[in-house]
Amino acid sequence: MKKNKGVTIQGMPYDEWKDNEYIESLVEELKANGTNVVVGFFDKLINWGRANSLWPLTFGTSCCAIEFIALGAARYDMARFGWEVARASPRQADYIMVSGTIAHRMAPVLRRLYDQMAEPKYVIATGGCAVSGGPFRKSYHVVQGVDQIIPVDVYIPGCPPRPEAMIYGVMQLQRKIMVEKFFGGANRKEKIQKFLDEHPADSHGD
Amino acid sequence: MFEISRLTGWLHELLSSWMPEWLTTTVECVLIGAALLVLYALLALFYIYFERRVCAFFQCRLGPNRVGPMGLLQSFADMFKILIKEIISLKNIDRFLFALAPYLVIIASVMAFAVLPWGKGLQVIDFNIGIFFLVAVSSIGVLGILLAGWSSNNKFTLIGAMRSGAQMVSYELSIGLSVLTMVALAGTMSVTGIVEAQTDLWFIFKGHLPAVIAFIIYMIAGTAETNRGPFDLPEAESELTAGYHTEYSGLHFGYFYLAEYLNLFIVSGVAALLFFGGWAPLHIPGWEGFNGVMDWIPSWLWFVGKAVALSFVIIWFKWTFPRLRIDNLLALEWKYLLPINLFNLVLMVVVIVYGLHF
Amino acid sequence: MEELKNTIAGKFPKATFDETDGLQVVIDDAHWHDLALWLRDAKGFDYLIAVVGQDWPEAYGCVYYLTNTFTHVILSVKVTAASRENPMLHSVSDLWANANLNEREVYDFYGIIFINHPDMRHLYLRNDWVGYPLRKDYNDDPSVNPVPTENEEAIDTTVAYIEAPDGTVTKEERVVFAPEDFVVNIGPQHPATHGVLRFRTALDGEYIKKIDLYLGYVHRGMEKLCESLAYPQMLHFADRLDYLSAQQNRHCFCLCIEKAMGLKVPRRAQVIRVIMDELMRINSHLLFAGTFCMDLGATTMLFYTFREREKILDIFEKTCGARMTFHYNVIGGVAQDLHPDFVKDVKALIPDLHKALKEYHKLFTGNVITHQRMIGVGKLSKADAISYGISGPSGRASGWSNDIRKTHPYSIYSELDFDEVVRTDGDSFGRWMVRMDEILQSIKIIEQLIDKIPEGEICAPVPKVIKLPVGHWFQQVEASRGAIGFYIESDGGVNPVRVKINSTCFPLAGVVDHLTRGTKIADLITIGGSLDYIVPDIDR
Repeated sequence: MKKNKGVTIQGMPYDEWKDNEYIESLVEELKANGTNVVVGFFDKLINWGRANSLWPLTFGTSCCAIEFIALGAARYDMARFGWEVARASPRQADYIMVSGTIAHRMAPVLRRLYDQMAEPKYVIATGGCAVSGGPFRKSYHVVQGVDQIIPVDVYIPGCPPRPEAMIYGVMQLQRKIMVEKFFGGANRKEKIQKFLDEHPADSHGD
Repeated sequence: MFEISRLTGWLHELLSSWMPEWLTTTVECVLIGAALLVLYALLALFYIYFERRVCAFFQCRLGPNRVGPMGLLQSFADMFKILIKEIISLKNIDRFLFALAPYLVIIASVMAFAVLPWGKGLQVIDFNIGIFFLVAVSSIGVLGILLAGWSSNNKFTLIGAMRSGAQMVSYELSIGLSVLTMVALAGTMSVTGIVEAQTDLWFIFKGHLPAVIAFIIYMIAGTAETNRGPFDLPEAESELTAGYHTEYSGLHFGYFYLAEYLNLFIVSGVAALLFFGGWAPLHIPGWEGFNGVMDWIPSWLWFVGKAVALSFVIIWFKWTFPRLRIDNLLALEWKYLLPINLFNLVLMVVVIVYGLHF
Repeated sequence: MEELKNTIAGKFPKATFDETDGLQVVIDDAHWHDLALWLRDAKGFDYLIAVVGQDWPEAYGCVYYLTNTFTHVILSVKVTAASRENPMLHSVSDLWANANLNEREVYDFYGIIFINHPDMRHLYLRNDWVGYPLRKDYNDDPSVNPVPTENEEAIDTTVAYIEAPDGTVTKEERVVFAPEDFVVNIGPQHPATHGVLRFRTALDGEYIKKIDLYLGYVHRGMEKLCESLAYPQMLHFADRLDYLSAQQNRHCFCLCIEKAMGLKVPRRAQVIRVIMDELMRINSHLLFAGTFCMDLGATTMLFYTFREREKILDIFEKTCGARMTFHYNVIGGVAQDLHPDFVKDVKALIPDLHKALKEYHKLFTGNVITHQRMIGVGKLSKADAISYGISGPSGRASGWSNDIRKTHPYSIYSELDFDEVVRTDGDSFGRWMVRMDEILQSIKIIEQLIDKIPEGEICAPVPKVIKLPVGHWFQQVEASRGAIGFYIESDGGVNPVRVKINSTCFPLAGVVDHLTRGTKIADLITIGGSLDYIVPDIDR
């Protein structure tokens, strides 16, 4: 893909990341109308900033959360990529890594956390439980995938996924951000708005 | 040897050669303001990077190393992101105070910048009560924190702000008293005067025992003043999520974040000024050759180098000690630091009166 | 045992007995409270291990597992409710503090109302939940209980069903929080709750007046799921229960099934299981050390302990193929043979651990701030520990020697030489030190075994379709955080009728309110961290 020649993710050339068809089609859709040079430059700058400064929300419900801690620890050290600034307050976080089972009682809480986050915000569904309900899919008290509650950007399968898989997943998110458009054009915001309209949340939240 | 004062002198002559004096002053003021803001931002970004690398070093990790060479651009990426992140507007809050709070915090630290002795003759304002001014403006920050905690209409922020208030008011005393101890030794409150008094020998050596005690107390109180670990109760993550700035997002949060690191620089800068001679090079009386070599290092480098080294110590505290509990924190100040400090002031006066210092 | 049976028969002529797995007394609700009181006061059954709710075809009821902390005799009492339409039992929460939450759990899942229980509210499920999920006739159509989108309303009152002396039961409303209380929500999403636990905390300045516990934010309905699975299929839940005692939990589950089948596990498998259990215990205590220190603000310790933990995970990974959910124990033995490097790796690990422990003590244990934060904070007396059922390291810190490896040795533990670490401080510092010292004991066990792993089969031959005989079994194992118990009831089919997981962390969550009254917010974090609960284990 010529159009993305200059784009690198954590120092890796874009072409090495062409293994995800979904994002390829997303890129096609976004780039369909062409871009203004100046706007394109600012887009790139902003996307560079956003993609390289992903601060996670400290959120974890079960086993995957321990792997998330292991991701921060010395062997996997997510600090190398600048993801270690885990914020406890959703207002300051950029993405929420839904690591663990989401039970019915937790569902509105998770949605509220998502609503409390400031734009731009991203969601990564980590582990079988968050992706689809995993081993507990048939349970009476488990949500069958967080995409029933909040719009998900990246899915990381595994039970729990290895830290390497998590790194790969967050890098996929970075890549998705890299090809985003801040000024005009087709935007993921519209899709998210559509999702939120279809899944109304509690009106009491602020 | 390269001194910034030569550059500023040259600029002044250049401007005044074809401009009337009032215009020169105005242009220079604007230039200084702009330079200060840029320096402020750059220094904060450097500190964020520095802290993350140092903390990674303590924790057997690597720290940011992928964004830009050695990860140097990491904090720039963070800044870009924070600049364009949404500022959430909340319901049921005092909007004016909520918006005012981060500015108060950041203004307090910018004002403190004005009197720091950056190098020989490199100082924005030099007045005769410089150090007094510094102590005064740095305590405006707590007002911002209290406002932030109160106006957010959130119980966690309120507890955080109250803790912060109690902590700042207490430790302000220790800071003031240890500054006073050193002012007594210097005999002046002017920042330049304090530095000039140390060109032959730094105060930490000159004042020996009382100066060392004052230094230790100053470092403890300074760490508490900047709300850093082990005194980070106002934003104790495991207790109050994010403390007083829980509800802030985007740029407003960015201000708190920057101010936290800048305060770290200011506290260590003041420590460098009071105990390690500000921009004065390391001189040992009698060692002429050694002193000459030391003079070759530019004065601004001396100051920044000392400040960064002292910041390293404060960062070291943070990543080593567990957090104190609020009652222990206040007991430490009122039962230990304050009496020791008062005694130390008397000791220092005795030392000065009888000329027992070097 | 026989003597106890005869005494009970003499005193309570209505009681009948069942002896499939230990002694079980079957009694009706009317005499239950008297029996319980007599058992506790006259016979010294001071520790209530488990309350198992059940929906028998004839009636709703509970099985209570009791033990005497001196003789370690385990006795179970089966109590059935008189009415099926409006099932009611007499509460024993006035006798054992541990019964309080356990009975609320039974109410939540089976709708059995406990008379004289002070607080009959939902524990795991939301107030608007329809039906009682563990009843056999529960309607599990998702449209009955859809994924909720509305936030829960905080209700400050509760109900109690109080029995008058003449036997009439009246419903009473009780206040949990008064309107003037400053109530702060700690959790469900909070960095220090170690998962999604919710404390509604009434504060007076920095002081805690009362804590109201809300569970169920990661309630996954494992017990119900087990009822529709075959025995080998449901083992994997044990790994996901308390994921830091995955090996022990699964060991316990397997032991319970093996006991029911009468299966003899080959010696090699037993030795491997014990080594794996002890490695897991070290792993868990290391993680405890890290997260506890992080809660206290000493973040760096987390990275040091994770450094050693990664080494243990490497050993696990080579043999089991996973870092967390190992699925290693199977019915009859273990799944795979050891990796050829296993012995070498474990031997290399031991000196590293000794060195690391010294470092931890130097960095954290000796620190004066640490002492101020931990010594005397959250003091739990021995009597309270037993009453609240705080087993494991937390209970042993209060001077209660309750190690299942010593009291009811399973597998090959009776042949091993190790000490049970018991301290008498009872505070957070004691709980910290017990865990640190247990790492040393685990190393001692591993050192004894690592050179003596016998050759042989790793798994006993088991039938393709496993069916248990009719009956019920209860098995306990010392997991990282205390005694984990599995209760299986079978009707002779491929699926169990009831599986109850007697969680280790459930009583720990129950004692938080008791320990934190009158302490400061910072102490809540210390106490919560030192109890070291794992929320998915509480919620199941």
